[in-house]
Amino acid sequence: MIYQDSKTLLEVRGLRATVNGIEILKGIDLTVRSGEIHAIMGTNGSGKSTLAKVLAGHNAYKVTGGSVTFEGGNLFDLEPEERARAGLFLAFQYPIEIPGVANSHFLRLAYNTVQAQRGKEELDPLEFEDFVREKMKLLEMNPDFLDRGVNEGFSGGEKKRNEILQMALLEPRLAILDETDSGLDIDALKSVTNGVNQLTNKDNATILVTHYQRLLNYIVPDYVHVMESGRIIKTGGKELALELETRGYDWVSVEQRTAARV
Amino acid sequence: MSAVLQNLVNQPYKHGFVTDIESDIAPRGLSEDTIKLISAKKDEPEWLLEFRLKAYQQWLKMEEPKWPNVKYPKIDFQAISYYSAPKPKKKLSSMDEVDPELLRTFEKLGVPMHERAALAGVAVDVIFDSVSVATTYKQKLAEVGIIFCSISEAVHMHPELVKQYLGTVVPVGDNYYAALNSAVFTDGTFCFLPKGVKCPMDLSTYFRINTEESGQFERTLIIAEEGASVSYLEGCTAPKFDTNQLHAAVVELVALDNADIKYSTVQNWYAGDENGLGGIYNFVTKRGLAKGVNSRISWTQVETGSAITWKYPSCVLQGDNSVGEFYSVAVTNNYQQADTGTKMVHLGKNTRSTIVSKGISAGHSNNSYRGLVRIAPTAAGARNYSQCDSMLIGGECSANTFPYIQVRNHTAKVEHEASTSKIGEDQLFYFAQRGIGNEEAVSMIINGFCKDVFQQLPMEFAVEATKLLGFKLEGSVG
Repeated sequence: MIYQDSKTLLEVRGLRATVNGIEILKGIDLTVRSGEIHAIMGTNGSGKSTLAKVLAGHNAYKVTGGSVTFEGGNLFDLEPEERARAGLFLAFQYPIEIPGVANSHFLRLAYNTVQAQRGKEELDPLEFEDFVREKMKLLEMNPDFLDRGVNEGFSGGEKKRNEILQMALLEPRLAILDETDSGLDIDALKSVTNGVNQLTNKDNATILVTHYQRLLNYIVPDYVHVMESGRIIKTGGKELALELETRGYDWVSVEQRTAARV
Repeated sequence: MSAVLQNLVNQPYKHGFVTDIESDIAPRGLSEDTIKLISAKKDEPEWLLEFRLKAYQQWLKMEEPKWPNVKYPKIDFQAISYYSAPKPKKKLSSMDEVDPELLRTFEKLGVPMHERAALAGVAVDVIFDSVSVATTYKQKLAEVGIIFCSISEAVHMHPELVKQYLGTVVPVGDNYYAALNSAVFTDGTFCFLPKGVKCPMDLSTYFRINTEESGQFERTLIIAEEGASVSYLEGCTAPKFDTNQLHAAVVELVALDNADIKYSTVQNWYAGDENGLGGIYNFVTKRGLAKGVNSRISWTQVETGSAITWKYPSCVLQGDNSVGEFYSVAVTNNYQQADTGTKMVHLGKNTRSTIVSKGISAGHSNNSYRGLVRIAPTAAGARNYSQCDSMLIGGECSANTFPYIQVRNHTAKVEHEASTSKIGEDQLFYFAQRGIGNEEAVSMIINGFCKDVFQQLPMEFAVEATKLLGFKLEGSVG
């Protein structure tokens, strides 16, 4: 939701990035204020997921230009784990499996790390168990998840729920959800998006990276950005997503090119 | 990334210091005279000298095995001193009289043994170089009829038992290094559990090589009679030297009907420096004979040290329904080489074996699993399950698996599973994105990977092993 005089959380200016020497991001500008939900849409290969990973600090990507300010500080001064502790969260498109590491152990360690950063109380395993079970109800997750290895043998939907559970635990200032809707059936989509909606408030912000308009029926964005070839080529309100759904991405590119010629 | 990756492994060896104790060292070189000298120094009976000489004769005719997937310069067996014993300042009757220098060494190792023994209820038979210096809890064990002492002592106190079992599981001519050990072994551990006795505590020995260039040839013999059971822990750590040291131990286990022997090892001998200079050559023969019906031999090992490891703790499943187990974690870093695994030889009916091997390679190291599962024609209904997983850290190391399976009975069932994985940037990024730094992430990934093996270790060993792995691999991933 757009609030008057809300604080700027993220300020991206002219961001360029390469992977293996190939430029993927070619000058991104984006401003996200607290309380807002932004959707970044675009075809495969347009650079949406790269933007998400660059912001989170994946070191396969090299930043070659531009600046990113997160809560007033230079984001690139922070290591990936410091960005996470500062409240930048990425829900992965393909969450990693970590065999043999109990999910409860992993979740608690992540939770306590972030709590410590915020000067808040850390929880022992018993306290954490109660705490996490409450959060799991939000996502209609089976308590068995706690005893299994992190994402080990999880279905696609279970992995995505586990991502949102982590979001619920870590209470980020800015959450970037990378294709969280992909691979979800309709029931899973409903419970995952319901979880996300309960977590958004006027003090945090969310960036939804998605291919399909479908997700935006459940999480209503304040802004929709269309990416193509490493740039944001169009920005609009939630109705832009609906227009994309009916007219396809080609329509925006054509419009852009026409506009450029005029 | 890879630069940081290199950094995590390169932690100096904490246990590299030399204790200044006067040692009684035999002249270098190996001959019948050396063997006679060792035997005379230890005041051994004639039959044991014959055992040694027979082994020596066999050894002379043998050649060093060339099949392991390891490389090292030829060992000059004439440059090794075959006997070294710390000279005690006076005769010892209790722990209080142990050389304080020696006790300080144990403290530096983080193992205040007397305390540890008391707190953990562990009886520690301390081997310092080649001679047992102190034995604790012996009285308590003696009350239930358990003999737990150095093998030299057993030779004098219980010659009939030693004579009956020594060399029955690993014959003197079994292999090159076993033959060498049989010829020159100086000391080791002896444990005997009479019929029906369940050992009331875990038994433990800390080994430590102290004198530069003194070959270490331990001999361990554990016998569990009908219905007896014991859990034995062996921990190793050695000081830092630049010249290579040979360690060729032999361990023999015998389990009679319904007996159960669990043998756990944490091996952290000096592995050489980050350029592959120095380090222990660990050429060990360990074998258990599950002789009786329903008997069980279980090996658990965490191998993190040594420049070269050549070791295959094995089970010969002779008794019907006997069980053999092998749980192993082998970690190699820098220029370490390991060729390790197990042999499960099924002879009796309905014998069962389980192999779980986890190999972790980092740096420029080379880590091989080599295993044999042999089902004899007599082993109707035998079953084996093997799982061999390898994990690579960085791009300069290698992992190999050499499983040999020989099945000669059609009712047998043998399963083999293997996997190779790599700690990758994506895994570390996932942890980082949840606020967890690289070192902690690596430690969690490794411990998760090794969980099936660590679960088999006695509690305090499991804690030690977890720390040791984190310490060994610190700096290798980033």
